[in-house]
Amino acid sequence: MTHLKAEPIAAAADRLRRRTTLRGAIQRIGTHNFSLLIALSVLIAIFGSLRPDVFFLLRNILNIGQAIAILGILATAQTIVIISGGLDISVGAVVGVSTVGIALAVGWTGSPILSILFGVVVGAAAGIINGLVITVGRINAVIATLGTMAVFRGVAFIISNGQSISIFDPAFRFIGDGKILGVPVTISVLVVVVAIFFVLMQYTITGRNIYAIGGNPVVARLAGLNVRAYQIGIYMLSGATAGLAGMLLAARTGSGQPISGSEGLELEAITAAVLGGCALTGGKGTIIGGLLGVLIIGVLDNGLILTSVPTFYQMVAKGVLLIAAVIIAEQQARRYG
Amino acid sequence: MSQIGATGRRGDAPPGESGALDQTNKPSVREAAAPALAAVGVSKHFGVVRALDDVTLAVRSGEILALVGENGAGKSTLVRIFEGVYRPDQGALTAGGAPQAFRSPSDAHALGIRVIHQEPDIVPDLSIAENLFLGDFRRIHGVFLDRADLARRTRQMLAEFGLEKDLGPWIRAGDLGPAQRQLMEIMRALRGGLRVLALDEPTSSLTEEEAQRLFRVVRRLRDDGVGIVYISHRMREVRDLADRVAVLRDGRLVAERRTAEFPESEIVQAMVGRPIADLYERGARRRGEAVLSVRGLTTKRVRDVSFDVHSGEVVGLAGLVGAGRSELAEAIFGHDRMLAGSVAVRGRTIRLRSPADAIAAGIGFAPEDRKSQALLLMRSVKDNISLAVPDLISRFDFVDPGAERRIATEFADRLRIRTPSLDAAVSNLSGGNQQKVVLGRWLARRPKVLILDEPTRGIDVGAKAEIYRLIAELAGEGIALLVISSEMPELLGMADRILVMAGGRLVAELDREAANEERILSLAMAENLTRTETVRTP
Repeated sequence: MTHLKAEPIAAAADRLRRRTTLRGAIQRIGTHNFSLLIALSVLIAIFGSLRPDVFFLLRNILNIGQAIAILGILATAQTIVIISGGLDISVGAVVGVSTVGIALAVGWTGSPILSILFGVVVGAAAGIINGLVITVGRINAVIATLGTMAVFRGVAFIISNGQSISIFDPAFRFIGDGKILGVPVTISVLVVVVAIFFVLMQYTITGRNIYAIGGNPVVARLAGLNVRAYQIGIYMLSGATAGLAGMLLAARTGSGQPISGSEGLELEAITAAVLGGCALTGGKGTIIGGLLGVLIIGVLDNGLILTSVPTFYQMVAKGVLLIAAVIIAEQQARRYG
Repeated sequence: MSQIGATGRRGDAPPGESGALDQTNKPSVREAAAPALAAVGVSKHFGVVRALDDVTLAVRSGEILALVGENGAGKSTLVRIFEGVYRPDQGALTAGGAPQAFRSPSDAHALGIRVIHQEPDIVPDLSIAENLFLGDFRRIHGVFLDRADLARRTRQMLAEFGLEKDLGPWIRAGDLGPAQRQLMEIMRALRGGLRVLALDEPTSSLTEEEAQRLFRVVRRLRDDGVGIVYISHRMREVRDLADRVAVLRDGRLVAERRTAEFPESEIVQAMVGRPIADLYERGARRRGEAVLSVRGLTTKRVRDVSFDVHSGEVVGLAGLVGAGRSELAEAIFGHDRMLAGSVAVRGRTIRLRSPADAIAAGIGFAPEDRKSQALLLMRSVKDNISLAVPDLISRFDFVDPGAERRIATEFADRLRIRTPSLDAAVSNLSGGNQQKVVLGRWLARRPKVLILDEPTRGIDVGAKAEIYRLIAELAGEGIALLVISSEMPELLGMADRILVMAGGRLVAELDREAANEERILSLAMAENLTRTETVRTP
């Protein structure tokens, strides 16, 4: 059968094409990520030309990085949840609970490390609750986490008595404002978390299986995967990541806050993940895409402030530009797809 | 009352017993010479697959034309062209002698050409009446729905089909059984004046009694001058019902004769294209010890089933749709919950909590619906093959791309999977090659037991032969195979033993020598009738 013999040649040609041409390069990055890069470049070009004096300063670039650190780790965790076919709307509330938990724990223990650990454990526990409600209760993830979001918010208010709890520990000031080798700590945390998620989703069996479960949970189960355990684990990861984000928020604000600073983070995280190419039906998306989505939002925010667009107009501009970015990304994807 | 006035004004609409049927008579008489519907030199490709190749076939008014052929022979494609769902790449359609170019099903419907699909297309939350007359509601004062008129027209329709005692106009359509839904579809087709009616395997989920009622309706429509295209796998129905038989194979019309002059054996031979014996080559097999032992297995849909499958043996599982065969397979594989009983592999009872337990015990399972149950359509051939062998392609959870490619290549080669590359999305492959990917996934685990549910459904004849050969080869290697199939010749050709299920029970076990189509069918059906009777009197 000549057809059979031709296969390795076709495969080799395919590989060669991937390596050498622009189209091949785009395929390697992923068409969606490529269009996100274009969108990001366009934004940078616009704001860079409007404010060339400030925009490209290292200080401003680090500013952008610090501003997106919290959203960045939430959005990449959300990307994993969405790839697995779920959605976690409670992350903002979990961030709130964990900042309060951390602030209280600082008071009890005096140890920043124990307090941070406590915040992450609180987040993970909240995530396990989400996972159990979804898998054991067999409830749609949107409804389940919408419900637990209200619960977690309530708990944050209860344990904080509705008050902001100040943190005076210098370790937190270091996390919030300090630098390691010139790089702000918050950005380092973001880079480490994203790197771990990237490796997890790209190079491990666990990551593959998450894609499989999101692609089709019945197929995954019939191939021997413990779908429930994966789902619980994924929500736990999302919760623990929200706990870590809580640490960053508590450090930035120097306090535990039941609502301020964490409200609305879930929608921004979902927006970034979807902008980054996640299909809400599951099975599709990349960590790099999620990160690019966050970067686009960060550059947009920063640029609008630098160009002195009034706050109210910023919101409108942001919404319009986000939609435009997605439209461009989709068209690029179609052209090269 | 104004309701009466409203209907009275429209009293000329087809109300009577046979009014709807009469309408169809006129065109057929007027154009007696021209066929009601004909395909002339029709070809249709899907990608590289040639679904239809220069098919010329006419349906005359007032005849029943049976369209037979194996799965993938092109029957459904032809019917979809008749209905305007697909447009032919080459060739043309004529209706009543005039050339037609349907752009959509509504064009075909306007000419009185209707197709009843296997899954009737109804709105489950609307009533029978609303479903029947959707788009043709009469109004009072131009605003309010005339419910009385709707009910009356529905009752007339129901009476015409002898269903007036069983059904009322306001019964929710979703509560109807498959047979009643089908009849409802036919009633709906009659509404606009029917010239050609195509039925795509209408009896696949009907009981014998329901099927007989359907046949009465079909015959009456024929006598009223409707041209009927009847697709079926069941030889007996074809012989009983059809005036003419047309056989499609690999997209070509290979035979067309009057039923009386077309013996069954010749029909089958035309369908398969070669003497059947060659299709099911059986290498040397040695039946060994019992590998899979099922005892008293009971689930919601399966009752007290016990049997063994030995190494090197192919056991066929026969039964009608809904007999519980797939449910049995899913229970053995841990996908469906067992209420009682046990499953053992080589004498060791498995604790079955999920498919993972069955897989660990050495069982592999290719489910009935490849696309929704077996394959990750967006992922590559390689990923789909390696899905169930994470331990072989990773170290400390990190994927070893080299090992993965080696395994994928090994099984892609062995199964002769035809794909542009191992990285191609599995959705691009033909049905036969997709099935081979699923088999490759399990073979990579070196299973002791393989359960295959309808392994050749939707696969062309060539790929079927390959699957048969593969099954024989695997049996030769000592794997125990349990194969579910609704295609009787296939089961008889492949299996060493045949188990027959009906109503969730195992009703018979037949040796290869003792099994034949009639016997299996009567066993499967007799039990099926008693089951439906008990179900109907709660």
